Amino acid sequence: MTTTTLSLGAALNAGLRRALEHDRKVVIMGEDVGRLGGVFRITDTLQKDFGDNRVIDTPLAESGIVGAAFGMALRGYRPVCEIQFDGFVYPAFDQIVSQVAKIHYRTQGRVTAPLTIRIPYGGGIGAVEHHSESPEAYFVHTAGLRVVTPSNPADAFHMIQQSVAADDPVVFFEPKRRYWDKADFDVDAGPDLPLHRARVAREGTDATIVAYGSVVPTALSAASIAADEGHSLEVIDLRSLSPIDFDTVEESVRKTGRLVVAHEASTFLGLGAEIAARISEKCFYQLDAPVLRVGGFDVPYPPSKLERHHLPDADRLLDAVDRSLAA
Amino acid sequence: MVDKIAYPVQLIQPDGLRVFRPDYTSLVRDIRPDQLRDLYEDLVVARRMDVEAVALQRQGELGLWAPLLGQEAAQVGSARALRPDDYAFISYREHAVAYCRGVDPGVMTRMWRGCAHSAWDPSSVNVTNPAIVVGSQGLHATGYAMGAHLDGAEIATIAYFGDGATSQGDLAEALGFSMSFNAPVVFFCQNNQFAISEPVHLQSPVPIAQRAAGYGMPALRVDGNDVLAVLAVTRQATQRAREGSGPTFIEAITYRMGPHTTSDDPTRYRAAAETEIWKARDPIDRMRRLLDREGLLGEEFLARVQATADAVAARLRSGTVEAPDPAPLDLFDHVYSTDHPLIDEEREQYAAYLAGFAGIEEALS
Ligand SMILES: Cc1ncc(C[n+]2csc(CCOP(=O)(O)OP(=O)(O)O)c2C)c(N)n1
Repeated sequence: MTTTTLSLGAALNAGLRRALEHDRKVVIMGEDVGRLGGVFRITDTLQKDFGDNRVIDTPLAESGIVGAAFGMALRGYRPVCEIQFDGFVYPAFDQIVSQVAKIHYRTQGRVTAPLTIRIPYGGGIGAVEHHSESPEAYFVHTAGLRVVTPSNPADAFHMIQQSVAADDPVVFFEPKRRYWDKADFDVDAGPDLPLHRARVAREGTDATIVAYGSVVPTALSAASIAADEGHSLEVIDLRSLSPIDFDTVEESVRKTGRLVVAHEASTFLGLGAEIAARISEKCFYQLDAPVLRVGGFDVPYPPSKLERHHLPDADRLLDAVDRSLAA
Repeated sequence: MVDKIAYPVQLIQPDGLRVFRPDYTSLVRDIRPDQLRDLYEDLVVARRMDVEAVALQRQGELGLWAPLLGQEAAQVGSARALRPDDYAFISYREHAVAYCRGVDPGVMTRMWRGCAHSAWDPSSVNVTNPAIVVGSQGLHATGYAMGAHLDGAEIATIAYFGDGATSQGDLAEALGFSMSFNAPVVFFCQNNQFAISEPVHLQSPVPIAQRAAGYGMPALRVDGNDVLAVLAVTRQATQRAREGSGPTFIEAITYRMGPHTTSDDPTRYRAAAETEIWKARDPIDRMRRLLDREGLLGEEFLARVQATADAVAARLRSGTVEAPDPAPLDLFDHVYSTDHPLIDEEREQYAAYLAGFAGIEEALS
């Protein structure tokens, strides 16, 4: 057993290193991923150690990165693309949703596209425009893509390797404001869960909070504040956004009778809407209150001086929990 | 012009000596001593503003800044070629272009401070707010120029972008559209040798200007650290645009002396020796040597330039530190130009939520 303390960013780096070691068909490609190690240093030292045929610095062209990676995948490679920031995935959107997502269906299963598209996402880092977005719903809405997001270093380490090994294309959202969060874990133990499964991050009995990515630590701190006030909250870390592990969510709601879904993305037509609809349908008779959503407002991501209002914090989560408990 | 692509236009050597090029010298014949001095002043002001903004970032007043250090001549020379009714589409590093167009230095930093996404009314100065999505502005400039063309307006539109941007599909589409519609647009590429860490040869093994040839677009390269040469070639290109001769592609060869942004570490990808070579080509030193050779560099003049630069920097500083923080409910403003029930509901709910805290604070105090 080798317990190591790693930040979420360093865990991704370690996971990518394992993936490169494990399969020589794995290649990393993107802007500044080589010598610079990426603007967040997630690919730091990988080019030095694996060479520039495995860790490929690309021209500044997102459609090019994903389109070319797709082509390499058709040739038997397992590309891991880095999109530098959430707001720059849109030039590649067409390649992802029109080409990558559809190839397996279109070829009646004859062709796979084992691509991983890494996207640092979300706000809270004081960035300028186009650097703080949560575009996950666009991808979750597209059949053929798997969409996942870790919330802690251990999951980051395992989920990136599971994504690279998956035969389906995976859009891998990295909660960038959690890159510096640290945790101890055993890098030689296997993953606790398969890629598509949700995790009960904290057990509780009075209400359930479902969150993912950067909001999971917020939900956990809300749960500890609630505990001081005598309320026991269960926190579920979704991990996989497509598919969603509804079994885990349903089981929790059957126990607590109350559900609050939280995410940074705008609330209207966000993931919370799907979860609320599904849980209302499946757990109608077990629910003691309507499913509530806490999310970003339905505005463009605001200038950074306003982002603390836009992003759901523990107070906003607890406000929703209070409303749920009062119902 | 395409055939001259290998020879960047230069009108001032690094030692300050003039280069005589009949075809281009004639374009700046009207630049007399006073105008030469004005150009020098612009260069010094541009650098001074930039230094101030970097200092403000280090002091925590700005979240980020993209320094223009080394690119002053490319920006000032091209911007001074524009007429007031021409229109410029800029990116995040074009602080000197914005200054030359008349943007108040006191508002230039708003975006970098996180107070607002945009700081000025584009139509009051005919320069856009900075494009952050690389390359997108190339198409916007093309469309604006198409509109001007349809209107019969005799103006030029100019799009500023970097060498990295030329790899974007948007830029390729802009070159195509502008030729298809003979749009009066100037594509002004500041080839500062890097796109963050990527050297220009990763974007293109041939000179960037050659990209235009495939579209049949005239293109040329210019010494981007020579303010007079940049002025001359941009005047030529904007003139072509105004008279209906269509788009031109200019590659200004320059160098980003500083980091990509204040959060970048260029030592990871760039040799100090290379930066030293470019120091010897500094655009401000060059202009100063020219003025010196031509007897235009009096103490009084230099003091005046310094005073102007300091005043502009002071304005930039005071505008930055005094910028009021936006109010929480500003979040909901301007999402739509007319009422929208969802936004109205969210604004109301959030106001009530915040009011709850105010009550608690009052009770506790
Ligand atoms: C579409 C898009 N992808 C990535 C980025 C992140 N990014 C910001 S600036 C930059 C490099 C731009 O290089 P270049 O076009 O040469 O302009 P320069 O910064 O050198 O002025 C990158 C990759 C972005 N802003 N937009």
